[in-house]
Amino acid sequence: MKPAPFDYLRPATVADALAALAAGGDDARVIAGGQSLMPMLNMRLVQPRLLIDLGGLSELGTLRAEDGWLTVGAAVTQAQALARPGLTDEVPLLAAALPWVGHVQTRNRGTLCGSVAHADPSAEVPLCLVATGGEVVLRNAGRRRTVAAADFFLGPLTTARAADEIVESLRFPLAAPGSGHAFREMSMRHGDFAIVACAATATAERIGLAVGGVADRPTARSWPLAPGGALPPDLDAHLNAFAWELGGDDDQHASARYRRELVRRIGRTVLEEALSCRS
Amino acid sequence: MPVLNPRALNPRAPNPRALNADTRHTVTITLNGRPRSGQAHPRLLLSDFLRHELGAHGTRVGCEHGVCGACTVRLDGIAVRACLTLAVQADGRRVDTVEGLAEANQGRMTALQEAFRRHHALQCGFCTAGILMSLSDWLERTPNPTDEELRDMLSGHLCRCTGYAGIVRAVMDVTGQAIPSGESAHV
Repeated sequence: MKPAPFDYLRPATVADALAALAAGGDDARVIAGGQSLMPMLNMRLVQPRLLIDLGGLSELGTLRAEDGWLTVGAAVTQAQALARPGLTDEVPLLAAALPWVGHVQTRNRGTLCGSVAHADPSAEVPLCLVATGGEVVLRNAGRRRTVAAADFFLGPLTTARAADEIVESLRFPLAAPGSGHAFREMSMRHGDFAIVACAATATAERIGLAVGGVADRPTARSWPLAPGGALPPDLDAHLNAFAWELGGDDDQHASARYRRELVRRIGRTVLEEALSCRS
Repeated sequence: MPVLNPRALNPRAPNPRALNADTRHTVTITLNGRPRSGQAHPRLLLSDFLRHELGAHGTRVGCEHGVCGACTVRLDGIAVRACLTLAVQADGRRVDTVEGLAEANQGRMTALQEAFRRHHALQCGFCTAGILMSLSDWLERTPNPTDEELRDMLSGHLCRCTGYAGIVRAVMDVTGQAIPSGESAHV
């Protein structure tokens, strides 16, 4: 439970960090809050030769709402985002989900970008990013590119990020007036990884459900509302089909059958909540 | 036969400005208000640095992957896992551990510690240092927690002795709130 040896770099600027990452290639890893990476290092599941610490870079501390997006920089902790007074209006789904991320003590260091870069299939922040139609801003020494959340997560701990790129920031769309949101998850103990996590969004025309913890990545579907703005009459059939499409497996925490049942039940609950809380 | 240097297998040259993995580097922290220095390889955890390098054994080491909460300390005032923090990351920063609670209180236990003793909020004590450090930070920002808020915060700590009831009573007592009914008569 001690990390294997690595060199440690605390760069002065993001440009320094990116140059070191480009030179280090696959042998270099980036750390910010470290609340996902440090356990991996301690268990020697990851053994980088060079660790590049982004934590102290004020350039990456952006937490700003403008032009319809909330931008969250790589150094912003989950606790900082949660403490933002406007978050419940700006991205209410994120405000509802962040208390489920780890514990107070890990949220004090853990970052949103780090959670997305880590890409655990049951993690809440990636789920919210997919559910809201957010974006991941990636940057290497030469360029910056933006990837839609739906295209970013490729599998467990696997993303579209290239080895020479950092997740520079996340972009969450600001909640539209009249939209509704809800989040719930089931885990063995509070703060554990979710067995199933469900995030719902509702607009005047559609409802959307994103599910984490079942498929190998957070996965979203949406359906049109019935005339008059009610839930679709065949919602249970939609949820059942979605639950099977997610293709969850049996593991030590839950059976695939239990996971499908949670998708059907929690899915319906959050969709009803999202619809009823539309402002 | 020449000794094989693992670095020779790596075609990439080490970054000259990085702290070398094989060298111990001086790390200076302000531990409970006093500057303290020690030596650390980059991979050394803050929890091990405190215990083995500085001899501050109040901080306990449990799971070493952030789950149990035993190693919780305050880094620049904020409760964090020392096992998920590198010693080199704490360089130049303030670290407060359980030893500092009484030291800052003329050598007497703080009101929170006294409440722990009074309400049997500990038995073996292994988790206690971490819980006290979490609470000392958290109660500054949440001075009148509800039972639900408190239990949510305590979910970041594993205690196998108390069932948490004594801890909840101690915190409710020290924050001047009603002790959960039905539990006050007997510890």
